[in-house]
Amino acid sequence: MEVTTTQYKHCDLVKVSGRVDSQTAPQLAEALDTITNGGRFKIVIDMSEIDFMSSAGLRVLINTQKNCKRFNRGEVVLAQVPERIYEALDLAGFVPLFAFYDDVTTAVGRF
Amino acid sequence: MAFILVVLPISDKSTMAPPSTTGSSHESPTNHTQESRVFVAQYDSLEAIREFVSRSAEICDFDTKAIYAIELATDEAFTNIVEHAYGGESSQMVECTCQIRPLSLTIILHDCGQAFDPTAVPEPNLEAPLEERETGGLGIYFMRKLMDEVNFSPAPKNSDGCNTLTMIKHREISA
Repeated sequence: MEVTTTQYKHCDLVKVSGRVDSQTAPQLAEALDTITNGGRFKIVIDMSEIDFMSSAGLRVLINTQKNCKRFNRGEVVLAQVPERIYEALDLAGFVPLFAFYDDVTTAVGRF
Repeated sequence: MAFILVVLPISDKSTMAPPSTTGSSHESPTNHTQESRVFVAQYDSLEAIREFVSRSAEICDFDTKAIYAIELATDEAFTNIVEHAYGGESSQMVECTCQIRPLSLTIILHDCGQAFDPTAVPEPNLEAPLEERETGGLGIYFMRKLMDEVNFSPAPKNSDGCNTLTMIKHREISA
C-alpha cells in the first residue's frame, strides 16, 4: 500500500493505492492522523487505485470521519471508489456516512 | 516467509485441475481436491493467504466478485485468529486448507490458540449514527455475509487445544 498526501488551501487530498488490510491499515491511519493532528479536518480520499480493503481499512475511515465531523469542523469525502470497495462499504452500512464523488476535482472543489 | 505445502489428492484427481462440471451436480464428500498450507500468525501473511484461497477459487471457476468475497472473508478470519486466538501477532501457525468441489469451495482454518467463536459475536448495528458506530465485529459480520456457511469448532477439552473454522462458498450453476 502507498499513501501520498497533498495539501490544498481548503482541504487535504490523500491518495491510497494497493491493499489496505490489517498489516497496512496502521500506515493509512498514521497518514490521516498526521493531517488531523495538524488541525486540518477536510479530507478527500482518492480510492481509485485501492485493490483490496478489509474491515481494518474501513475502521480507519470511520474513525477519521468521527474525528473530522466532531464540532462540525470538517469531513472525510471519498472519491473514485472502486465497485468492490463500495460494495464492502455498503455491506458495512457506511454508505450513508460518507459523501461519494466520481472525480477528485469535484471532491476537492466541494470544500 | 516459509510455507509448508501439502497436496492431498482425495479423489482420483491427483492434481489441482479444474473440476468437471459436466457430471452429476451431486457433491460427494470425497469428490474433491484439497490443498493445505501453513501460515505464520502475522499480518504480513495476509497477502499470501489471500492469494492461496484466490487461486483455489479460480480453479473452482468462481466469478471475480465471488473470488473477491472469498479473499475478503479469509482475510477477516485470519485477522481474527491472530487478534483473538493468539492475542496478537506471534510465531504460532495457522493452517489453511482449501477443498475444491465442482460446485463449492470449502476453506478450513486451523489454529491452536484460545478458542474464539466468531459465530457467537452479535451483528453490528448498521443503522447507528456516526458517533455511535462500533467498528468491532465488522470482520465477523463480513465473513457471515460473504460466505454461505461459517462454522466454528472449538478445541475439545483435553485435546490438542486446536480450533477449526470452516467456511463454505457455493457456486451457482451457469446456464
